[in-house]
Amino acid sequence: MLGLNNKDLMLFAIVIAITLLAPVILNPFPVESDLAQFNAGYPDLMQRFVIFGIFAIGFNILFGLTGYLSFGHAAFLGVGSYAGVWMMKLLTMNVVPAIIVSVIFAGLFSLLVGFISLRRSGIYFSILTLAFAQMSFSLAYSVLTPITNGETGLQLSLNDPRILGVSQTADGSIPMTNFFGIAMRDGFELSMGGWLFTFNAGYYLCAAVMLIAFYVSIRIFRSPFGVMLKAVKSNQQRMLYTGLNSRPYTLAAFVISGMYAGLAGGLMVAMDPLAGAERMQWTASGEVVLMTILGGTGTLIGPVLGSGLIKYLENIFSKINDNILHQWFSFLPDGLEDFVVAIVYPFIGKGWHLTLGIVFMLVVIFLPGGIVEGGQRIGRLFRRKPPEDRNNTTTAAAPSAAE
Amino acid sequence: MGILEVKGVNKRFGGLKALNDVNLDIQEGSVHAIIGPNGAGKSTLLNCFVGRLEPDTGSVMFDGQSLLGIQPYRINQIGVSRVFQTPEIFADLKLLENVMIPAFARRDGSFKVNGWKSVGEEREIRDEAMTMLAELGMEAKADHVAGQLSRGDKRRLELAMCLVQKPKLLLLDEPTAGMARADTNNTIDLLKQIAKRGITMVVIEHDMHVVFSLADRISVLAQGTVIVEDVPGNIKGNPKVQEAYLGGAHL
Amino acid sequence: MDAIILQVLNGLDKGSAYALIALGLTLIFGTLGVVNFAHGALFMLGAFCAVTLNAILRLSTETIDPSRTDFLGNPLKVKTPYVENWFGPEIGGAMIEWSVPLAIVFAIPVMVAVGIATERGLIKYFYKRPHADQILVTFGLAIVLQEIIKYFFGANPIPTPAPDAFIGSFDFGALVGMEAGTIIYPYWRLVYFAFAAIVIGAVFAFLQYTTFGMVVRAGMADRETVGLLGINIDKRFTIMFAIAACVAGLAGVMYAPINSPNYHMGMDFLVLSFVVVVVGGMGSLPGAVAAGFLLGILESFASMSQVVNLLPGINQIIIYLVAIIILLTRPRGLLGRKGVMEG
Repeated sequence: MLGLNNKDLMLFAIVIAITLLAPVILNPFPVESDLAQFNAGYPDLMQRFVIFGIFAIGFNILFGLTGYLSFGHAAFLGVGSYAGVWMMKLLTMNVVPAIIVSVIFAGLFSLLVGFISLRRSGIYFSILTLAFAQMSFSLAYSVLTPITNGETGLQLSLNDPRILGVSQTADGSIPMTNFFGIAMRDGFELSMGGWLFTFNAGYYLCAAVMLIAFYVSIRIFRSPFGVMLKAVKSNQQRMLYTGLNSRPYTLAAFVISGMYAGLAGGLMVAMDPLAGAERMQWTASGEVVLMTILGGTGTLIGPVLGSGLIKYLENIFSKINDNILHQWFSFLPDGLEDFVVAIVYPFIGKGWHLTLGIVFMLVVIFLPGGIVEGGQRIGRLFRRKPPEDRNNTTTAAAPSAAE
Repeated sequence: MGILEVKGVNKRFGGLKALNDVNLDIQEGSVHAIIGPNGAGKSTLLNCFVGRLEPDTGSVMFDGQSLLGIQPYRINQIGVSRVFQTPEIFADLKLLENVMIPAFARRDGSFKVNGWKSVGEEREIRDEAMTMLAELGMEAKADHVAGQLSRGDKRRLELAMCLVQKPKLLLLDEPTAGMARADTNNTIDLLKQIAKRGITMVVIEHDMHVVFSLADRISVLAQGTVIVEDVPGNIKGNPKVQEAYLGGAHL
Repeated sequence: MDAIILQVLNGLDKGSAYALIALGLTLIFGTLGVVNFAHGALFMLGAFCAVTLNAILRLSTETIDPSRTDFLGNPLKVKTPYVENWFGPEIGGAMIEWSVPLAIVFAIPVMVAVGIATERGLIKYFYKRPHADQILVTFGLAIVLQEIIKYFFGANPIPTPAPDAFIGSFDFGALVGMEAGTIIYPYWRLVYFAFAAIVIGAVFAFLQYTTFGMVVRAGMADRETVGLLGINIDKRFTIMFAIAACVAGLAGVMYAPINSPNYHMGMDFLVLSFVVVVVGGMGSLPGAVAAGFLLGILESFASMSQVVNLLPGINQIIIYLVAIIILLTRPRGLLGRKGVMEG
């Protein structure tokens, strides 16, 4: 079905189910309980989960398959965001044209950057992409201010022309983003017992786009084109003497992943019509690298898991403060309680970046296949199966030859 | 007129003259061996055929087309495949994928975004690759990762990757180097079969046993110059060849 | 003429920092073959050595001075730093004032320790892994170091003044016999430049005139052969990493008065330093130093108002632009060897 084999179909079905039920699954704790703060099922965060999921899925098509490590992908996300906001300013508040234009602009920009950067490989490629991204970031802050609105960021205003819409609503406010009339912040709340679930239109739009993006990535991974990209990572020399020109393959992968980044940027502004230059900074590019690797480079589901994990840590884990910790450890004797809290505190709450850094290092050192490989290892442990089945996940995690 | 014509090829590396006015005329369907002592320029010559090196002067014509100044992948696309001294394979991929890639390259050319069909749906290519693996006795390992193969199997895989392209000209750089005698004999048999299909082969080899059981003609290269070219029977007793091998030739 | 000299001088301090960081990066890359994305973090650690020493020296006791009162009429509480108690106000005060130069003494053992710990504990397991893995793990390390500093020192920049003697500017123009007042240059920046020159000179002298340095240079030229000669490289690798860490740290210590240290200053410098290394030529020490100064000066020229008026925004991107052009036209960089790290 859908041109997928059974295993992939199963995976896709699970992803669809989880994505559609996310508002419920992510809100496992009743509103009144102490644990309610760990609920992640609110629209804003769920949107971020799937949007960054798209970003990471796209990045994985480049890095996971070809082994080219780009440190500049946030630039494409940023370009997509700016293009999207401009579309809303000039044309309509319907998000569809905005998203399409985001993808197109990001694609064009990545074509330019990729065309130049891919003339080199290995670390030189990484540094070239880094240089391009930093350049875009600096320009967005300085010369391009008429387009980007500099430090303030590009936002909608009451006197935007908006050809196919109104500049302002009847009550004099900025119109809301919508999908053919359905406002992105529309939705309904469902109260069941102590639980409260929010079903939000914007989230479901993002989720649908993410599922399509995920599906496309499965097809690419399983296609002859995907095999060619893996060949780029494995042995470019052999490719060359097998009659294959590796550069257009890598460029195609680069542009596709750039378009995914643009799509993510477009969705971001569709949810919240604001674009700032900080989205293009290289640390933002570093974040998508972290996501992909934490989840599992070269695996289908890894990037989605990685982005979910990081966004959860960033938004939920980071809210834990020392009061909450003291509550948790209140069963301990006083002195010990303080001691434990003092030990734990630097790693959670505002210190979540520290935990992230440590976990990331541990993954790179011990678990090159990320969460997915970890899951597989645990699975194997339970099934007591000899570890001979090297499926494509572990294959992709093998050291790359594309340096 | 031969399928591969090499005329007056010269190549210098700094002060060293690696190839000195090399002429070769290789007939279609023949097995042509190039032998010579270490450093005679054999590999340099082969590299000039596949676009890895550019001769300083001279011409290399394949099937009426010049091979000079064009990219290696284009040379392959017009029908020249090469087996390397150390096997160049896609070590992270499965055997089947390794063989399907060159088959795709032959069908789809040097670049095609075939991103929607799944590999499994490409029945023809898949069957072709499986047949090729079966011919070389590796169909049972089709789902193994190539990097785990033994060295001998890697060589055979690389050969399968070249053969699946149905090349007009197959270049082999020491196809039996580092092999045990039994393996070597297997490889000779295999290459003989390939030769029967009418694929022209150019073999660089150290092992005289291999050379004399395979080659229709032999060129002896010494210090960048072809000193003798003849049928195998006349090579053995040739004093010039003995001189080159016994070291009398180097100054 | 004076405008040109002024821009050259302005470029020197940043160029010095670039050169020092790039020098360390190149040492690590050339000898160990490791791409160290945590090098900026080492620079940042150095700067915080200065901050820490400054804070330690200012640790004070509080005493009540009955002879004086505050504005409410209560006896005045006077804070006296311990060092002033121990060494007397003169020496103690001088120590606080000179905390940044003193931090050099403090930073050397700290940075050496950090360097050895990093190399032994982490980097050595990555010699044989792909460069992408090295980049990733050191990137992770950089985040960790940065966050540790943030935990202890907070997110805001911490002003760390230079000694009074070097605060302020002098008239460079008058010094070289030009019209007074045309070239005004802060003292500390000159100190920084001189310091960088000394450190760079010391590193080169060390590599040039010691047996150790000879082995290292041989190793940079041809790692395999040196390994085959049976020379114990492991220990030398550790030492080289420690030296490189130290150079980055010292660059950071002295940079503290120029830009108040904050926890992410390392990342900012890292990107530029990598660009510098690439422009200079991966693996070339003179290339790294030359490119560091060159790009520093180029950057300051690009910020001249005449240039900015002509090409708006050029000051923001000049370094990246140069790097892109160099990488595309001369992949090995200005002074690099061919084929280093080409994949």
